[in-house]
Amino acid sequence: MTVTELLSYEAALAEYDPVMGLEVHVELGTRTKMFCGCSTELGAEPNSQTCPTCLGLPGSLPVVNAIGVESAIKIGLALHCEIAEWCRFARKNYFYPDMPKNFQTSQYDEPIAFNGYLDVQLEDGEVFRVEIERAHMEEDTGKSLHVGGATGRIHGASHSLLDYNRAGIPLIEIVTKPIEGAGERAPEVAKAYVAELRELIRALGVSDARMDKGQMRCDVNLSLRPHGTEKFGTRSETKNVNSLRSVERAARFEIQRHAAVLSSGGSIVQETRHFHEDDGSTTSGRIKDNAEDYRYFPEPDLVPVAPARAWVEELRATLPEPPRVRRNRLREEWGVSELDMQSILNAGAVEAIVATIEAGADAASARKWWMGELARNANEQGVSLEELAITPADVARVSALVAAGDLNDKLARQVIEGVLAGEGTPDEVVEKRGLKVVSDDGALGAAVEEAIAGNAAIADKIRGGKVAAVGALVGAVMKATRGQADAAKVKDLILEKLGVSEG
Amino acid sequence: MTDNIIIKLTAAEIAGKIAAGELTAVEVTEAHLARIEAVDEKVHAFLHVDREGALAQARAVDEKRARGEKLGPLAGVPLALKDIFTTAGMPTTVGSKILEGWIPPYDATLVKNLKAADVVILGKTNMDEFAMGSSTENSAYGPTGNPWDLTRIPGGSGGGSSAALAAYEAPLAIGTDTGGSIRQPAAVTGTVGVKPTYGGVSRYGMVAFSSSLDQGGPCARTVLDAALLHEAIAGHDPLDSTSIDAPVPPVVEAARNGSVAGMRVGVVKQFRGEGYQAGVVQRFDESVELLKSLGAEIVELDCPTFDLALSAYYLIAPSECSSNLARFDAMRYGLRVGDDGTRSAEDVTALTREAGFGDEVKRRIILGTYALSSGYYDAYYGSAQKVRTLITREFEKAFEEVDVIVSPTTPTTAFPIGERADDPMAMYLADLCTIPTNLAGNAAMSLPCGLAPEDGLPVGLQIIAPAMKDDRLYKVGAAVEAAFVEKWGHPLLEEAPSL
Repeated sequence: MTVTELLSYEAALAEYDPVMGLEVHVELGTRTKMFCGCSTELGAEPNSQTCPTCLGLPGSLPVVNAIGVESAIKIGLALHCEIAEWCRFARKNYFYPDMPKNFQTSQYDEPIAFNGYLDVQLEDGEVFRVEIERAHMEEDTGKSLHVGGATGRIHGASHSLLDYNRAGIPLIEIVTKPIEGAGERAPEVAKAYVAELRELIRALGVSDARMDKGQMRCDVNLSLRPHGTEKFGTRSETKNVNSLRSVERAARFEIQRHAAVLSSGGSIVQETRHFHEDDGSTTSGRIKDNAEDYRYFPEPDLVPVAPARAWVEELRATLPEPPRVRRNRLREEWGVSELDMQSILNAGAVEAIVATIEAGADAASARKWWMGELARNANEQGVSLEELAITPADVARVSALVAAGDLNDKLARQVIEGVLAGEGTPDEVVEKRGLKVVSDDGALGAAVEEAIAGNAAIADKIRGGKVAAVGALVGAVMKATRGQADAAKVKDLILEKLGVSEG
Repeated sequence: MTDNIIIKLTAAEIAGKIAAGELTAVEVTEAHLARIEAVDEKVHAFLHVDREGALAQARAVDEKRARGEKLGPLAGVPLALKDIFTTAGMPTTVGSKILEGWIPPYDATLVKNLKAADVVILGKTNMDEFAMGSSTENSAYGPTGNPWDLTRIPGGSGGGSSAALAAYEAPLAIGTDTGGSIRQPAAVTGTVGVKPTYGGVSRYGMVAFSSSLDQGGPCARTVLDAALLHEAIAGHDPLDSTSIDAPVPPVVEAARNGSVAGMRVGVVKQFRGEGYQAGVVQRFDESVELLKSLGAEIVELDCPTFDLALSAYYLIAPSECSSNLARFDAMRYGLRVGDDGTRSAEDVTALTREAGFGDEVKRRIILGTYALSSGYYDAYYGSAQKVRTLITREFEKAFEEVDVIVSPTTPTTAFPIGERADDPMAMYLADLCTIPTNLAGNAAMSLPCGLAPEDGLPVGLQIIAPAMKDDRLYKVGAAVEAAFVEKWGHPLLEEAPSL
């Protein structure tokens, strides 16, 4: 295997200006496929969710999924696009065994949405505008599993297995205009764009946009041009970059690779490239010469899509607050730093915290629980926060119990542990485990007396002014009450008994 | 009633006799199966005869009647189905080797409608491969003979369906019409064929040749029978986006009330001249005279864009077919050639297509692939679509002046098998008068208007109506049919030699 020559990132940027184009495919979360009534549920037995239409059997015909069109319009509107008054589907003709009809029903020169933008926020808070060329509707292909080769690719395989469950699942392809002027921040912009788009898609409720499940896939097109030139260089198209981190790494790698080729006097070949998660590199795929010809023509089996303006406006009125705006608003409301907000985002905790606050908790404690105890727990179990067996309402209840002094921090953790273990609601766990803070002054007073009596020497020290020694007595009381006392209160009681005040 | 009498009954008569208990559906089906057995070796109208299935359907109709259930207007009537519609559990070849042995897992909507109407499906009829042709010679399973003269073509692509009618193998048949494949076979076999308005009959389960032109429709020996069948198969289908979501025009009522009195009938200048056989022109002119005598007003029309129809058609239809037929790649169904474990998928696909597609199909795939190529698209496919729009507008303009248009269905009578086989251009001319209607999406009918004096073969009269006005075809057709039968003293088919 040849090692790809790379120029250092700094050297590359010193000489060249990167231009990017990002193509993102989003699988819509519709219940049925784009052109037939088959289920889109993931994980079913291969080829169990198929019919004559999505198998492309002779005689079969497509029918457009209205929810698919509605989702496409919502995405278009959220990307500030114009929505076509009249558009058609087109056939993209090419051959591949996992494409049943040997053409993909897509859109060509009449996309449903076009000319928009998405503002993305970089880590330092700077806002970068990514212009959107178009968003169009199409159908997914089936999946090929190449068996017997070393790489899992078709080359060298002894045979291939085909699963058409995915064939016909609605896709929206979102294509940016060339992204210029990002400079050394190009990889960061790419990542921030895909992240923002993902949040947007989720906020619209049109897809879960899980990159790890292939519901959102990104192609990174990149070229370099020497500083000061207008003309774009030859681009490479890195296909199926399927995590945010990979998007950034792929862009970075291609910048360094292109720069190495160009600065040594070579020229870039227009080709598709495969991205490798393990080392962040790309390798050559298929050469794309200009002879590639999809012979697009309007799909004669479907009627044009002509969304009524009133309907488009109705959909526009339902658009949620843009994720970036909402995030900034929440950040201010919660009083957290950019950096903290970033970690909340990365942890996928925004919605849980919002819901917990809505259920009555204060922002600080909601954030504390979801980013602390619960994040750790989710991490250990390898699940997302939403998948934990605890609701925002439960967390809010625990916060309320703490605020009321019924639980201390340690007990609260135990309550949460109980809820996660399926022992019931927070109140039920408190009840079953007997986790109330001991606030009965009589019982606590006895424990304090006992601790003073049992640690006379320490008590004397405290009386003598060494207030810091009180910790040992507090510890003894807490031990005696099995941690169910309010430590602050215990401390006050001891000092009171000993006639000492905290100076 | 003897088999020989049964097979000459019309569909309406058969249904009436079954409903009245004068005949059983099983008797009717057996009579037709016997006829197929007796003559189809010579005619070769059928690719597949479903004896058991047909008899089972017939028995079900008889049982239904015995239970006192109400029977539909075509219950128990046998039908010959063009082998382009998918039939669950029954082979569907589309006249091609590439689908040899394929048993579809689903019924076309039209087939479901036929079954719901208790029509008895006798089997599948021969056709030009993928409906590409005007003679049925392009069938991968051998040609069909014209019952008027077995050495001549029965028209195409639906030659099997029209020959089955003319040979009394079935009183009803189904065809599909992309450029004339229902009407031209009807014309050259002395039968009736109707291309409904595009979208009038569901295309779901009809193997596509050219999606924007293909239209299934009824074939019969009388106008009324065609109307009854039309009504049974037409209507909105949610599985076909291009199907019309509106009530089916009142075709049966129109067929029962034939009249042209007070109607304005257009005669298009462009539908005559070079290439038209003298006897065809003669019978057509007589038909126009007949219409006049029946009270119609004749209006001369000039439709210059119709001269461009054939050229536009031979870009649009091949373009769509090049895409529609891409799925035949040996991977999932049908023929697979050369898969011996050493060859790549690409090689197997290439070998299969080489062996599985006939010359005409290959010719059109190549033509269409070329026409859609980048750099040629605007000049070919794009221009053809513009011509199509112009033709549609010219029809619209014409129909502001007239209620229907009439023309010869096809310029000549049935030509000898083999005569045009090596001359595609000559073959394409057979559809000169029928193609404009497909491009515009209108409705049209062909019905017999006599025999050409020079060869004694049937001539067809074409009636064209505006989109969604299919009922006008039947109103005019029924009037013309009645007048001719009165003039001849019998239906034209009675002059056909017995087989």
